[in-house]
Amino acid sequence: MSSPSSPSAGPRDWGTARLELRQISKRYPGVLANDQVNLKVMPGEIHAVLGENGAGKSTLMRIIYGATQADAGEMLWDGAVVTVANPAQARRLGIGMVFQHFSVFETLSVVENIALVLDTRFDLRNLATRVTELSQRHGLPLDPQRLVHSLSVGERQRLEILRCLLQDPRLLILDEPTSVLTPQAVQTLFDTLRRLASDGVSILYISHKLQEIQTLCDHATVMRGGRVTGEATPARETSASLARMMIGRELPVCEAPAYTGETGTVLEVRDLDHTPADPFGTRLQGINLSLRRGEILGIAGISGNGQAELLAALSGETPVRADAIRIGGRDVGALDAGERRALGLCFVPEERLGRGAVPSLSLWENGMLTAHARGLVRHGLVRFGAARDFARRCIEGFDVRCNGTEAPARSLSGGNLQKFIVGREILQEPKLMIVAQPTWGVDVGAAAFLRQTLIDLSRRGVAILVISEELEELFEISDRIAVLAQGRLSRAQPKAQTDALAIGLRMSGLEAATATEPADV
Amino acid sequence: MIEHLLPILAGTLGAATPLVFAGLGELVAERSGVINLGVEGMMLIGAIAGFAAAADTGMGPAIGLAAGALAGAAAATLFAVLALSLGANQAACGLALTIFGIGLSAFIGQHYVSFSLPGLKPLALPVLSAIPLLGSVLFNQDPVVYLSVSAFVLVWWTLERTRLGLLLRAVGESPEAAHAIGYPVLVIRYGATVFGGAMAGIGGAYLSTVYTPLWVQNMTAGRGWIAVALVVFATWKPSRLMLGAYLFGGVTILQFHAQGLGVAVPVQLLAALPYIATVIVLVLISRDRRLLQLNLPASLGKPFLPGH
Repeated sequence: MSSPSSPSAGPRDWGTARLELRQISKRYPGVLANDQVNLKVMPGEIHAVLGENGAGKSTLMRIIYGATQADAGEMLWDGAVVTVANPAQARRLGIGMVFQHFSVFETLSVVENIALVLDTRFDLRNLATRVTELSQRHGLPLDPQRLVHSLSVGERQRLEILRCLLQDPRLLILDEPTSVLTPQAVQTLFDTLRRLASDGVSILYISHKLQEIQTLCDHATVMRGGRVTGEATPARETSASLARMMIGRELPVCEAPAYTGETGTVLEVRDLDHTPADPFGTRLQGINLSLRRGEILGIAGISGNGQAELLAALSGETPVRADAIRIGGRDVGALDAGERRALGLCFVPEERLGRGAVPSLSLWENGMLTAHARGLVRHGLVRFGAARDFARRCIEGFDVRCNGTEAPARSLSGGNLQKFIVGREILQEPKLMIVAQPTWGVDVGAAAFLRQTLIDLSRRGVAILVISEELEELFEISDRIAVLAQGRLSRAQPKAQTDALAIGLRMSGLEAATATEPADV
Repeated sequence: MIEHLLPILAGTLGAATPLVFAGLGELVAERSGVINLGVEGMMLIGAIAGFAAAADTGMGPAIGLAAGALAGAAAATLFAVLALSLGANQAACGLALTIFGIGLSAFIGQHYVSFSLPGLKPLALPVLSAIPLLGSVLFNQDPVVYLSVSAFVLVWWTLERTRLGLLLRAVGESPEAAHAIGYPVLVIRYGATVFGGAMAGIGGAYLSTVYTPLWVQNMTAGRGWIAVALVVFATWKPSRLMLGAYLFGGVTILQFHAQGLGVAVPVQLLAALPYIATVIVLVLISRDRRLLQLNLPASLGKPFLPGH
């Protein structure tokens, strides 16, 4: 059988599709998330769904997995129309899903997490043996007795995949699976997926990374703004042609000219040791780094390896030994965030809503939060005109698409809010800027803008520290790169003297080691 | 010396039993992520319902305990509708339930003030009660005391060894994740909350129909609050909860004996002793913030409404 709506022809059209979506539409208040989407996945096929954040990929997957229902359209499973009312029913059909934000339970052990999704008799000992067998067979080593909060992000993903595999899925959905993996771990994952596909499992691979899709996937459905904008065989396309389908134009490229201004050390961290109060946190051990004017230092590594703790120590949220951190030659370790800001430190945290901005406050009020000392307050009273003007300059100067200065922060998309927050900090003319995950969850266009903005800022003589999980991003903007793994920071190397594989090895070399102390109490 | 200690030990188990029931119930509810501060109110509602049922039917404590459980469960259901289905603030709802329970029980109780019930005869367990010294003390209790110990074993075993217990802990940690993999979070939380109410009701009914056995207004005297505190100090572990409950029971009996012996300490201070001692000891053993945080159900007190 074949669907009249599928434009592709060739061998994949014979036989019954494992999964077929016809004219699926889903509307959320104010946005048409899926608009008459057609999709067809054959048995044993690795099928990519390619698109930017907000293209409607996740909504489509949630419909397939029964986590939400479509407003219109039908879903066919092995040629028969089905309605999937909830995830449990999807699992019974043989659909497994690995979520982007893992749905695992931190205080339970690996085997307990797995037992929760299986309908078999409750026997943890027997299950642990099966988990060990399966994990060895698929090259996904994992100790079934470990508590999940002690697992690295990569290991958590292994857990999610194993959890799906134990249910003998016939369709496996992976939502942005590589966003948290080192290059080496990505290779392992791809090997596993290819092996599964050759066993006849269909795989739906959701991603916005063109290169991965070209290496892995047999076929791709490209989405933009909730609609299917193209069908392709990725191996036969170029990155540029896929990008055109995905974002409607060429991929933007950043330019990083050489810095010619004055040099001089701005930030120095010496033998920083810190044990966080949070039992799930990572201990920082012997962190050393220095940062000059006009350079961008990139810190690579997977979140959970001390990133949050290092940021808190640098920004002043958690005070540390006074001489462990120096800004402009002054000991600042014991100063709080406000006092450090007064010395020229600006900071863009990882969480935009809740730390970078207050969701319910308007943009001008959010501007006040860190820029109040820049003439926006006089005699303890807010100068409303100046505060609104500041927000307006930020909106105009950084291309923030929003409903004016009164718009609440939460009404902005991730990319626009990030542009506002970065803009707010840059307008304060920092000497030192610390940025965490600058483009996380940001669309390609805004990401390129933000990267170029950071490069331009550094070339005006500002010292910038960027902490990011995206290796490609760090290689694009950084002058030097260091790796933070297991709470230890490697020596920063000039970008030209290293490459993604070497950095990835550092990230993963320590990644597999177990974390902190046993916590079973 | 020993002849003083044995009666204290014998009395401890009975004095601790209301706390064991109420505490285990609250522990289960909190493990699912629901903090119900209405334990005191539910105990009082259970106490008066149990007393009224036992007195009116003349059928003794068994019917009283059953009525107490039902009444406690009904009160908890009311709480669950507000706090779970409607997503209202759990602390506020719980406090309201306590105030409501105090008033309602006093109102119904006016008719029962002069009554007294026969109570329950001790039941000597064969073999065990023949153990010299301790046997006749520990294994010659009323049947409800044995029931409370079985309830502990059942709750511990369910939490640690069964799929249901695992699910309960999972929901308490991350209702979002449990929902994402397809579990009915609200149903599980309802179940845990109503179970907690029934247990609090049994605890109250035990006080009014077996332990005293008569109705006195506000007769739980803060035991519901101690139960809530015990759960937290016990870091949500049933075995530590039992320890705390027996400590409370022990000091309660001890101060009765001290009063009887005419110790030169104000009676009010002696009466406060069980509360003070329990809180101090539990604060000391739960000083470890790390332990507290590791065991704390991460979603405790946070409403979860699927699809929002």
